[in-house]
Amino acid sequence: MRSEGRLGRRGEAVLWLVLRRLVMAVPVLLLVSFGVFLLAAASPFDPIHQYYGVQIFNASTADVARVRAELGLDQPVLLRFWDWLSGLVTGDLGVSRSMRQPVAEVLAERLPWTLLLAASGLGFAVVLSLVAGTLAAWRQGGWFDRTVTALGHALEGIPPFVLALLAIALFSLGLGWLPVAGLTDAGSRLGAGQVVEHLLLPAAVLGVSQAPWLVLHVRQSLLAALTEDHVTGARARGLRERVVVLRHALPTALLPFVAVLGARVPELVTGAVLVEAVFSWPGVASAVVTAAQAADYPLLAVLTLLATAAVLLGSLLADVAAVLLDPRVSADG
Amino acid sequence: MLLADGYEPSSLNPLLGYARFGAAKFYDGLLAFDGNGELHPALAVERPTPDEEARTWTVRLRRGVAFHDGAPFDAHDVVATYRAAVDPAYASTISSDLSMLDEVEAVDDHTVRFRLNIPYAAWPARMVMGIMPRSALSDPVPQDRSPLNTEPVGTGPYRLTEWRQGERMIWKANEDYWGDAPAVDKITVVFATDDNTRAQRVQAGEFDGTVLPPRLAERVGTAPYRTIHHDTADYRAITLPNDQPVTGDPAVRKALNLAVNRSGMVESLLGGHGTPAYTPIPESMGRYHEPEARFDFDQQRARRILDEAGWRTGADGVRRKDGTEARFTVMYFADDTLRKQFAQAFSSDAGKVGFRVELAGVQRSEAAERIGSDAIVLGGGSPLDPDIQMYTGLHSSMIGTGTYKNPAKYRNSRVDSALDAGRRTVETAERASHYKEAQRAYVADPGLVYLAFIQHSYVVRDGVWNGYEPVIEPHTHGTTWGPWWNVEDWTPAN
Repeated sequence: MRSEGRLGRRGEAVLWLVLRRLVMAVPVLLLVSFGVFLLAAASPFDPIHQYYGVQIFNASTADVARVRAELGLDQPVLLRFWDWLSGLVTGDLGVSRSMRQPVAEVLAERLPWTLLLAASGLGFAVVLSLVAGTLAAWRQGGWFDRTVTALGHALEGIPPFVLALLAIALFSLGLGWLPVAGLTDAGSRLGAGQVVEHLLLPAAVLGVSQAPWLVLHVRQSLLAALTEDHVTGARARGLRERVVVLRHALPTALLPFVAVLGARVPELVTGAVLVEAVFSWPGVASAVVTAAQAADYPLLAVLTLLATAAVLLGSLLADVAAVLLDPRVSADG
Repeated sequence: MLLADGYEPSSLNPLLGYARFGAAKFYDGLLAFDGNGELHPALAVERPTPDEEARTWTVRLRRGVAFHDGAPFDAHDVVATYRAAVDPAYASTISSDLSMLDEVEAVDDHTVRFRLNIPYAAWPARMVMGIMPRSALSDPVPQDRSPLNTEPVGTGPYRLTEWRQGERMIWKANEDYWGDAPAVDKITVVFATDDNTRAQRVQAGEFDGTVLPPRLAERVGTAPYRTIHHDTADYRAITLPNDQPVTGDPAVRKALNLAVNRSGMVESLLGGHGTPAYTPIPESMGRYHEPEARFDFDQQRARRILDEAGWRTGADGVRRKDGTEARFTVMYFADDTLRKQFAQAFSSDAGKVGFRVELAGVQRSEAAERIGSDAIVLGGGSPLDPDIQMYTGLHSSMIGTGTYKNPAKYRNSRVDSALDAGRRTVETAERASHYKEAQRAYVADPGLVYLAFIQHSYVVRDGVWNGYEPVIEPHTHGTTWGPWWNVEDWTPAN
């Protein structure tokens, strides 16, 4: 009875944590999207040039002014933000000028590819870091540990796009194992085999670029866990080393790992932008670049909102997991 | 057929400028370009007939034509398309091209009549615009919301079956085309922006053709491929702002035109794949071209003209007149390497006769702000009609009507009256004589330095299809123009 009551209180605490975060997320998202509008208004790119493209060379001032008015681009930034926001509330995300499509359509076409890439990248990074981190900590000071630690520190300093270009040079151009870019080969249909083949390299690059922090973290917390009392106790009971490490030490080490994973989401978003651009991956992240250059407020604001929401969600999930997994963590925020 | 293009259109909507010079693939215009300076009927059934003043144009339309969605084509579609193009509510980006259009009406289901607000003999060149189905235009909203941007519905020889933006497009032959259904029944266009990447992939045998810069095209265009270079009306020129102390001086303008080594630029910047330009009308425009309207390359004479006009060379080699240094800035779009190279070559040649020309790579928005006072490298052109090539660039009535309309504020009453006469004259030979007069008048008192017409270069797989015909191209190029401008008429070679 008593233990059930305690769990109930924790569940309630988590619920409050989620609610509090959601309430706080609203002003954060509002501020961020308003910031996007302000920045875009201050940028040297005039959206009317994007709308016209090369036709600007034949357009008369009067016609350009009429089109500017028709598109609402002559309105002050506050009014444009308000229009966008009221559209958002009623479910109308607006029209992307750089893609010449409703924003909702852009998202529907591109978001799945970004999610696929990010999920495979993250999955790869998690598996890689758990395996490599555990092995390194297990044989601390051995050749594997020294290699992993050195590589990890080196990779922390290499930006994802450099890694991407190196990977293309080696695996695509050098060895010819994997395709350079795109979702499928030039003439082929869209099929699972094609997509997997084209996904391997970008996902691996994204994963590897995120892995160093995770590997080093797993290694560090496992090393700490190995010195804790319950592990010493397990060893004293004569349990096999495998069982000691995987059953007793690793679970303790995983708690902070979950928190670190959540904190990596911002890096994952940036990494995805760079990786998508290099590999011509048709996701939303590469659309960020196009939208920014075109001062395409509607698309830019929605994409920024999505990225912000991903970051907030990442840290929330990490905190919730920590509260649920570790009774010592307080949910007071 | 698998093609690679370096440029991906952002929209396939004619009202947003898609294929405004024709070769639209998904659409037909009332008229179509024949590749050689003539317009022939497409959705029109015969050449349009103007009234005596060239203010009213009547067009009889082809019958039995259907749009890709099955809807029949008739005069109301033409009326809807042209009205939308000039109605501000649709926010069309080509409305300025049609500023002379007063009203368009359906005389009956198969005849339309255009009423213009000025006599305009070049109107047929405005009839290559793709005709859209009226059902797609029933709602007057800005066209960035139109579904036709990504899913074109026209009457053209191809229909779009797939477009993965940033990646590729697939065109399928329109089996119900009013002409013969295309024999090349499936065309995939892959987008690869980097020139070297495209060249490599061609070398690996991946594509049946692509567009490349001239020298790269020469290098990879070996068997089983061949290289094709097309003449164009696509010029590069330096504007000389008229109301500035240095660039506004007639002696300076004349001297700069004599001082630039145009053939040298064609050789060194284009690998020989271009022709020197003296006026906006290229030799490839045949009867409209005035061969006498040219400048010699003569830096001695340039120096003499400057000396006589009082521009004296100072100790630093830069000329001065009444305390004004012979110095100005030439802007170019920072993302355009070729324009940058033309700017550098111009600056170097001008330096040899005593000018100091500074260069500035700029963004579109910055260029628009400075274009009245600083020189800029301009580019563009269409072979469809000499009026399109000359009027907006050189007629004084265009000053102040648009950023790129006569941006250097050129004024020459002889040029003005010749261009006006050209607009009023329908009869071809007489019309041509007005444009020749305009070129002679321009050369006597130049306001820009036209440098070159650039050729567009392509690589195509050899011996697989018959039907290729050379074409004079507008500024637009890529896989809609190029050797594939008439791909709907191609047939397999065996």
